[in-house]
Amino acid sequence: MIPDIGHYALILALLVSAVQGVVPLAGLSKDNAKLFAFATPAARIQSALIILSFICLDYAFYVNDFSVLYVANTSNSNLPLMFRLAAIWGGHEGSILFWVAILAVWTLAVTFFAKELPLRFRSTLIAVMGLVTVGFLLFILVTSNPFERLIPAAMDGRDLNPLLQDPGMVFHPPLLYMGYVGFSVAFAFAIAALLDGRLDVTWARWTRPWTTAAWVFLTLGIALGSRWAYYELGWGGWWFWDAVENASFMPWLIGTALIHSLAVTEKRNAFKAWTVLLAICAFSLSLLGTFIVRSGVLTSVHAFAVDPGRGLFILVFLALVIGGALTLFALRAPSVGIGEKFDLISKESLLLSNNVVLFAATGSVLLGTLYPLIIDAMGMGKISVGPPYFDTVFVAIMVPGIFLMGVGPIARWKKATVPELASKLKWALIVSMVSALLMPSIMGKLTPMIFVGLLMAFWVMSSVFVALKTRLNAMPKNTLGQKLKSLDRAFNGMLIAHFGMAVFIIGVTMVKGYELETDITMKVGETKQINEYDFRFDGIKLVRGPNYVAKQGQFHVSKGGKEIAYLIPEKRLYPVQGAVMTEASISINLVRDIYISLGEALDGGGWSVRVYFKPFVQWIWAGCLLMGLGGFLTMIDKRYRMRKNKGASI
Amino acid sequence: MIMIRSLLLTLLLSFSITSFAADNIADPITETRLKKLSTELRCLVCQNSTLSDSDAPLAQDLRNEIRKLMIEGKTDEEIIDYLVARFGDFVRFRPPMNASTALLWFGPFLMLIAGAVTLALALKKRSTIITSEDTEL
Amino acid sequence: MKFKLIIPLLLFFVLVGFLGKGLFLNPREVPSPLIGKPAPTFTAPVLGDATQSFSTEEMKGKVWMLNMWASWCAACRDEHPLLVEMLKHDIPLYGLAYKDIEADALKVLEVMGNPYIVTADDADGTIGIDYGVYGVPETYVIDKAGIIRYKQIGPITPKDLREKILPLLEELQA
Repeated sequence: MIPDIGHYALILALLVSAVQGVVPLAGLSKDNAKLFAFATPAARIQSALIILSFICLDYAFYVNDFSVLYVANTSNSNLPLMFRLAAIWGGHEGSILFWVAILAVWTLAVTFFAKELPLRFRSTLIAVMGLVTVGFLLFILVTSNPFERLIPAAMDGRDLNPLLQDPGMVFHPPLLYMGYVGFSVAFAFAIAALLDGRLDVTWARWTRPWTTAAWVFLTLGIALGSRWAYYELGWGGWWFWDAVENASFMPWLIGTALIHSLAVTEKRNAFKAWTVLLAICAFSLSLLGTFIVRSGVLTSVHAFAVDPGRGLFILVFLALVIGGALTLFALRAPSVGIGEKFDLISKESLLLSNNVVLFAATGSVLLGTLYPLIIDAMGMGKISVGPPYFDTVFVAIMVPGIFLMGVGPIARWKKATVPELASKLKWALIVSMVSALLMPSIMGKLTPMIFVGLLMAFWVMSSVFVALKTRLNAMPKNTLGQKLKSLDRAFNGMLIAHFGMAVFIIGVTMVKGYELETDITMKVGETKQINEYDFRFDGIKLVRGPNYVAKQGQFHVSKGGKEIAYLIPEKRLYPVQGAVMTEASISINLVRDIYISLGEALDGGGWSVRVYFKPFVQWIWAGCLLMGLGGFLTMIDKRYRMRKNKGASI
Repeated sequence: MIMIRSLLLTLLLSFSITSFAADNIADPITETRLKKLSTELRCLVCQNSTLSDSDAPLAQDLRNEIRKLMIEGKTDEEIIDYLVARFGDFVRFRPPMNASTALLWFGPFLMLIAGAVTLALALKKRSTIITSEDTEL
Repeated sequence: MKFKLIIPLLLFFVLVGFLGKGLFLNPREVPSPLIGKPAPTFTAPVLGDATQSFSTEEMKGKVWMLNMWASWCAACRDEHPLLVEMLKHDIPLYGLAYKDIEADALKVLEVMGNPYIVTADDADGTIGIDYGVYGVPETYVIDKAGIIRYKQIGPITPKDLREKILPLLEELQA
C-alpha cells in the first residue's frame, strides 16, 4: 500500500512539476502575472509530493518490506535501524529519488525564503528548477523506479554493502547532495537572469547566499566522505582522485570560483557574463557527476550498477539542460554594460585571478578524469590516470592560486599598488618562510614538497592576520574588543575560510611528507617498537555484532612506559554478502593519528599487521570544517537579509 | 540443503583463505622501494586500488614478482616496462608522456596561461573603455 | 552575437560526443599488448601427471588455443560446456589451470568433461603473469609461428566464437 502511494505521488509530482516548469515561462513574453502565479503553489505541491514519496520508500525500509525490489536488494532485517534508513540512498534507484527529494527541499526553500524577489524573476527561477525536476522524475519513472515490486516478496534482503554500514553513510550523502543539488539554485538564478534580461548588482546580491549555502554543504559533504574513507577502508588513504570523488570536487572548485566572482559582480557590476557562465558550469558539473556515477563510462568504487540504457537517458537530459543553458547564454549573455572601473592590480582583479587558477585546476581534474575515456573512444588504447597525475598537475596549478590567496584579502578595492602590497606582506613572507623551515627541522626531514606546502599554508595564515590588523587599524578609535565585535560577519567568514584552507594545507603537507607505514608480524604477547611507540599484541578476541562476526585484535600502545591507547582493529565477516571487511582502529590526537589495521593470520599463530603514523591528518578535515564555518558566516551577513520593504531595486 | 552447506563452507573458507598467500617480505630498503613503486601501479582486479593497497591475489603475485625483479637488480623503469609489456599502459597510474597524452599533461598549464592572458587583456580593454567617474557603491 | 560566447556550447558538444561514445565502451576491460607478439614460452607439468610436461615448443607449426581457467572461477564453469563442444568439433584447445589446486581442477574436468587436448598446471600463476592474465577465463589464439593473434577476455560466447574465433582459426590454418 505505502509503496504504491509513493509511486503515485511521483507520478503526480511529475505532472505538477511540468506545470511548474512550463506555465510561468509561457507567461514571460507577455509578462502575464496570472501565469507567474502558478510557480510557487505548483512548486510547493510538487515538492511535498516528492518528499512524501521519499518517506514512503524509507518507510518500506523501516518495516522491512521485502516486496519492494529495491529494499530487497539493499537492506536486510538484521541491519541496524540507522543503516536500514540510510540504505535508501545505498543503491541507484533510491539515491536518484533522494536527489530529486533534495531538489524538492531546495525548491521549497526558494519559495519560502526568496519572497522578496520580484514576482517575474522569482517565477522564472522556480520554473527552471521545475524543468530540472521534470527531467529527473521522468528518468526515475521510466528507467529507475524504486517502487518496483518483487513478487513473491523475498524472505529477507541482500543486505547493504558492509563498507556502507557506518555512520558516515548517514551523513555523507545528504550533505553532499544538499551541496551538489543546491547549485541548481545558482543555475536557476543564472537562467532567470538570461531570460529576464536582468543581470546587475542586485542579482549578484540575491544569488550569493544561495550559492554559498550550497558550497558550504558540498565542502562538508566532501570532507566527511574523505574522513569516512580514511577510517573505513583500512589503508589510511583519504583521497584517491577516483572518478566519483572528482565528480564532486569539480563543482566545488567552480563553486569556489563562483563565490569569488559574485563578489566582483556585486561590487562593480562587472564580469557578469563570466559569473553567469560559472553558475551554469557549476550545476553542469553536478549533472555530469550524476551521469558519470550511473552510466558505467568510468570505473569507480562509487559507481552504482552499470546500465548504459540509463546512462543514455541521463546523457540526453544533460545535453538538453546544459546545451539549452549554454545556447541561451550565447544568445543573451550581456554584451553591454561593462560596469565600473577597477585597476589591473586591485582586489577585484585578484578575485578574478582566483577564477583563472580554479578554472585551470578544474580543467586538470576534468581532463584527468575523462582522458582514459577520450583515448579509448578514439581507439588509441587504454591508459590509466591516477593519483600521480593529479598530485603533480593539480597541485602545481593550485600553488600560484594559494599564493594569490594571501594577497587578495590585503588588496584594496579598485586600486592597489604593488609597493603597498609588498610592504604589508613582507612581514608575512618572512614569518611563513621561517615557519616552513621550523616544522621540518623539528620533524627531522625537509623536502621541496614539504617546504612549498608549509610555506603556502603559513603564507595564507599570515596574510589573514595582516588583513585583520589592517581592518582593525582602519577603524575609528576604540578598544580591541569593541573593534572585533564590530567586524562584519562576511569579513570574519572570509578570514576563517581562508584560515581553514591553510589548516587544510598543513594537514595534507604534513601527512604526505611525514607519514609512516610499517608492516609487521606479531605473535600473541609480543611487543614491537615502531617510531618510539611500543605495540603489544594481546591476541585475538572473537566478537559478535548485530549482523557480523569479527576477529578483534587487542593492541596496547605505550610510549616511554605510559599507556597511550588501546586499539582494537577487526576483521569482520558479514554473512549475508559473505564479505570480509577490515575495520581499522585509530588513536586520534591533535598532532598525529596512530592507525592499526589487521592483515592476515599467519601459519604459526602470528598475525601480519599494518601500522600507520599519520601526523596532523585530522587537520585536513578540521580545515574543511573551518572553511564551511567561514562560508556559513558570510552567508548570514546582515547585507543579505532581504528586507520586505526594500523590495526589488536596481 | 547442499546449496546452503556449500555456501557456508565458501564463507568460512573465504574468511580464512586470506591467510593462504601472504606477501614474502624482503629487506627494508627493497620494501620501501616496492611500496613507492607499487603506488604508481594500478591493480587490474580491484581497478580502483594501487598495487600497493590491493588485497587481490593477483596484486600479491605482482608485488612478489616486483620484489623478485628488484632483488635481481632491475631498475624501476625496467620493472614498469616489464609490467606494461604484459598488461599494457593501463597498469600505470602515471600516464606516459607521449604525443597522445601531451594534451593531458600540458593542457591545464596552457589553460592557466591562456586564462591569465585573457584576464589581463580583458582588464586592459575595460579600463580604456571606461571613462565614467568612479562611483562607490 | 560574439563568437566567443559559442565556445562553451561547442566544447560541451564535443564532451557529449565522447561521453556518448563512452557508453558503448567497457572501461574495465584491459586489452592485451601481446596481440601480434610472440606467445611467452613456457614448460609446465601436465595437470594430474607431474612426470609429463607440456611446452609451447611442441606447438610450433600448429595453430592452437590456450584457455586459462580455474575451478574457483564461476564464469569458467559457465564457459565450460561451450569448450567441450568446441573440442568435439576438433578445435585445438589446450588448458592452463591458473592458480588452482590440482585435485579441485581435476574434479571439474571429471564432472563437467575435459575439453582440453592437454591441460598444463600453473599453480603459482607465473605463466599467467607472463600472458597478462588478470581475470580468468581468458583465451588466446596462437598461430603457427607462435604469435598471439587474438585474446578473449572473459568467457567465450557463441557469438564471439562464430564471428571472431572460427573465421580466424580458418584463416590461420590455411
